[in-house]
Amino acid sequence: MTKPVIIVGASMGGLRAAEALRRFGYAGPITVIGEERHAPYNRPPLSKEVLAAEVSHEAVAFPQRDSTADVNWLLGTKIESADLEHSTVTDSQGETHAYGTLIIATGLRPKRLEVANGELAGRHAVRTLDDAIALRKELQPGAKVVVLGAGFIGCEVAATARKLGCEVTVVAPGIHPIVRPLGIDLAKELQRRHEAMGVKFFMKTQVTDLVGSTRVQGVVLDDGTVLECDVLIEAIGSNVNDEWLEGNDLDLSNGVLTDNDMRALKTGGEAWPNVFAIGDVARFANPLFDGEPRRVEHWNIPTDTAKRVAQVFTGQAEGQFAPIPSFWSDQYDMHILAYGLLALADEVKLIAGELQDECVFGYYREGKMVGVCGIGMRTTVMGYRKEFELK
Amino acid sequence: MTIKIEVDMTKCQHYGQCVFEAPDIFRLNADDKLEYTAEADDSELANVEAAIDVCPMQAISLVK
Repeated sequence: MTKPVIIVGASMGGLRAAEALRRFGYAGPITVIGEERHAPYNRPPLSKEVLAAEVSHEAVAFPQRDSTADVNWLLGTKIESADLEHSTVTDSQGETHAYGTLIIATGLRPKRLEVANGELAGRHAVRTLDDAIALRKELQPGAKVVVLGAGFIGCEVAATARKLGCEVTVVAPGIHPIVRPLGIDLAKELQRRHEAMGVKFFMKTQVTDLVGSTRVQGVVLDDGTVLECDVLIEAIGSNVNDEWLEGNDLDLSNGVLTDNDMRALKTGGEAWPNVFAIGDVARFANPLFDGEPRRVEHWNIPTDTAKRVAQVFTGQAEGQFAPIPSFWSDQYDMHILAYGLLALADEVKLIAGELQDECVFGYYREGKMVGVCGIGMRTTVMGYRKEFELK
Repeated sequence: MTIKIEVDMTKCQHYGQCVFEAPDIFRLNADDKLEYTAEADDSELANVEAAIDVCPMQAISLVK
């Protein structure tokens, strides 16, 4: 019997890999193994729509395609280890699964605050549907919400909680929200807009401890200030889910290092012939920018990398793989849309519109555009997308 | 054969990602709002499926 393609990770990347394999003509067995009990769903609404209303799994689930009806889904199953030499993975029940080809799609999990008094109810992260549903119950009007972290998730959750009538305070180490990658001017303007909606900010600030006996009642800041807190939302970044791959000959210094075909690389630089990595967990160089391998935590990357793997696997890959990173964010009535890798820029400038209204910023490295980001002005932002096509 | 396309306009946030995948079906108008052609030749199927995949709001579907 043909050994299956096993995809470890049953979120968007796993789903897109299964779909792409079928689309490019692979008709053999596919097994997708994922820790979450839910079939793949779209995560971006978790910090917005799912918190703001009663949204079920059905409302965010990706549609099931006919082409993947025969895929074997093992949900609620955590893979604990892999033996790449013998082409097997082993789940938490001790069952071993043999593969012909392995696709690693285990993504990220949220980092959590580590403090002495940490064992308290009322602490939340937003990564999974179950996380969002648990948080939604607590976002009652008047609730004192502290958001740790001022990245995209932190800012979106702050905006959603504020819209729900919560008292929202953001605490974060940076100088302004999302300053990396947005740059100082846009980040400062974003903070101004949040403040205009009534969100308070404690920037350049760390949390050193929590107050409460069974449930969080306050957070202690590094200057000794105590903020009252009914609900603590931790949006302080992510860890890569790659521990299960340890003990194999892989470079796991920051996710799974791959070549341009998304093949996992041995520490000596040679590619594993039958092991791929996709999505947030994969670290690869994008020839659009340079030869530096990076993990890119943008929503389009799982889909783009899954497609590349399917093309390589079926012998249909052509040219270099150079996906255009894109991201968006909704906060209040602000629609932020960006292309490129803004964080690479050494120069950021306003290129259209007005800072306090709709505006577009260009991001440049040594004079060459590496990113574009707008609040509103979609058509203008989209017009720059061609700057990021491989010439 | 034709395919029928539906965009849930209560979900659509006019991100325009679909425009790049199926430019003959989707477009943004002068106000940056999405407009689309609801019926197309099935030669557009692959493009529309790609558009469905890249829609951040997962607002696009094929009507069966």
